[in-house]
Amino acid sequence: MSATDRLHASKIAAALLVLTVAVVAPGCSKKVPPPPPPPPPHAAETAPSVARATINSFTAEPSAIERGQSSTLSWSISNATDMSIDNGVGAVQSQGQRQVFPTSSTTYTLTANGPGGSDTRTVTVSVNTPPAPPPAANNGPRLSSAEMLQQQSQDAFFDYNKNDIRADASEALTRDAGLLKQIFAQDPNFTVVVEGHCDERGSAEYNLALGDRRASAAKDFLVQLGVAGDRIKTISYGKERPQCTEANEECWQKNRRAHLSAGQ
Amino acid sequence: MKRTIFLLSTIFIATVSFAQITGDLSKRGGKATIAVPDFRGAGDAQNLMNTFNGTLWTELQNSGQLKMIPKTTYPLTVPQQPGDFRPPVNGRSAGPWLSDWSGPPVNTNYLAFGYTATQNGQLVLYGWLYDVQQANVTSAQLLAKVYVGSPDETGAKKVAQQFAADILKLFGAGSLMGTRIYFVSDRTGHKEIWSMNYDGSDQKQFTNYRSITTFPVASSDGTKIAFTTYPMRAASPGHPATEGQPKIYLHSLETGRKLVYLNQDASMTAASDFMPDNQHLLIYSTASTGISQIFITDMDGGGFHRITNTRSLEVEAKANPKTGADIVFLSGRGGTPQIYRMNIDGTDVARLTTGEGDCANPSWNPDGQHIAFSWTRGFEPGNFNIFIMDVASQELIQLTHGAGRNENPNWAPDGVHLVFASKRGRTSQIFTMLADGTGLQQLTTQGNNEKPVWTKGTQ
Repeated sequence: MSATDRLHASKIAAALLVLTVAVVAPGCSKKVPPPPPPPPPHAAETAPSVARATINSFTAEPSAIERGQSSTLSWSISNATDMSIDNGVGAVQSQGQRQVFPTSSTTYTLTANGPGGSDTRTVTVSVNTPPAPPPAANNGPRLSSAEMLQQQSQDAFFDYNKNDIRADASEALTRDAGLLKQIFAQDPNFTVVVEGHCDERGSAEYNLALGDRRASAAKDFLVQLGVAGDRIKTISYGKERPQCTEANEECWQKNRRAHLSAGQ
Repeated sequence: MKRTIFLLSTIFIATVSFAQITGDLSKRGGKATIAVPDFRGAGDAQNLMNTFNGTLWTELQNSGQLKMIPKTTYPLTVPQQPGDFRPPVNGRSAGPWLSDWSGPPVNTNYLAFGYTATQNGQLVLYGWLYDVQQANVTSAQLLAKVYVGSPDETGAKKVAQQFAADILKLFGAGSLMGTRIYFVSDRTGHKEIWSMNYDGSDQKQFTNYRSITTFPVASSDGTKIAFTTYPMRAASPGHPATEGQPKIYLHSLETGRKLVYLNQDASMTAASDFMPDNQHLLIYSTASTGISQIFITDMDGGGFHRITNTRSLEVEAKANPKTGADIVFLSGRGGTPQIYRMNIDGTDVARLTTGEGDCANPSWNPDGQHIAFSWTRGFEPGNFNIFIMDVASQELIQLTHGAGRNENPNWAPDGVHLVFASKRGRTSQIFTMLADGTGLQQLTTQGNNEKPVWTKGTQ
């Protein structure tokens, strides 16, 4: 708004005030003769029987919260007939409290209207939004690449006597590919070993060769997803390093796997 | 040849169903019978005679070559030396005589007798073997020999084993004396190669790689052993020590030392067998193809030459010990691992097993005609049993029948005994048995023990 506009607006306000006075004047018992004592602007309002609405207090406790927490608005109002708080709180009584759950910093306005005039008061609840989570690598004490690999990589599981990549193995390896790309990018010297494992049922000799196929099938899959093949080595443990030693299918399935570990 | 006949007779006594080898069936019931009365010891030597008599009996019985006549049928008077025999006078007994043993109730073909004494601080055994169906003592005598051992249990056992070996030699049986079984044990916490005598005594650690060391194979001359190790790479800052990819290691059995063997660059390489010339090694490796295939190399790893050419898993090749011209091996080309044979140049491939179940661990009999192997046929995956097959006819004999998980059968140099690993409780242990499945003996108890290989021994 320019200065000229502001001047123009104040003239309009002045004109309206004059007009208001002119309209209200006939209802007054005061004389409006020409000369001196200037009349009090609103004789009716000063009358003790028609008090002006007054907000005695309006607070938010606490006034600063974390997102997801609540704050309690409390108020006390006198001489009002019509009271409300904006921002979804709505009409209120003259005394009261209301819990609010703002998701971002919010200024609440309490408006009290009464026959003797109105009053407003505002209170602001500030909401602290937690900072966006940093990339996993920077979360808390920094994880080494080997720890990241150990905690976040997933095994690819296989059927008995097979080295085909199943749908669930494909999902696991797709996630592993993303993880490896991230680790390789942040740690240029890091290499990974894909271990191939088998369950106890086949012969140790055949399982050595089968575990090798599983490891290389998993490696090929990762390389197809763009992981640097020259940073992946394979090793077959056959059935020499089972992670489960019970003789049942649940356990055997756990052992028929390709597993990622840190290289040297 | 004689040995072959004995082997076949042993097998077919156990299993009568192979009508076509009728010639050998005539041997049924024809096993020579032997009586072995308890020997006595002069003076202190008597204290060792329980050990001596037990060992002699067991050795002869477990040979599978002889039928032992029960001691309960023996005459009360037992000869201890040739001079004890007295021919009957006018048809009347004048003392111990050959017919006491050849006639009822003993009805034996042969009699072993003798005694022990301590002389000059040594235990001395005087042992004889008689063919008691002969007419006189002179023609009856087959063996008369003196044996010397230390004057203790070890010495008693040793002279008994030597005497038994000499007797068995007369029946065409190779002796097991001096043979040694190499195997894998985890009793130190790591899988290492160990060795022991064929009766389970004198168990010794051979390797100390503190990693995973397994799949031993030995040369037929008893001088070398090859196995597969995951070589440990030392820890570095931020990295614990880890195993490298599995490779072949070659050692001398005479000095124990590691010999030069150059491995190809491969994700895995395993020793499979020595060729009968003991100048070449069969191996399986992912070298150059990325999938396990069978190769032959010189003893230093040079002359690397591929034999199989498939996109399936090819492992465990074993060369025919008689000819070196053909091999049996395990292949996944039909889907499940089965036993195949082929010429050493890779031609004339034929599947030997039916395609049922999973097969593993082929091992040639020294005769070059039979193999032993493990197979899950008729059982759930993983429940292997030991089988013998005549490679030419593909006839089968099943030796174990579901008692535990039985793997890695390997023939003794005598071609009559088998050593194998069996998991019958919580651990895998090593057992021996005869080729007809009888005479089962457990040799190990400590930790897990597996992958036995029966060698000729170095002495």
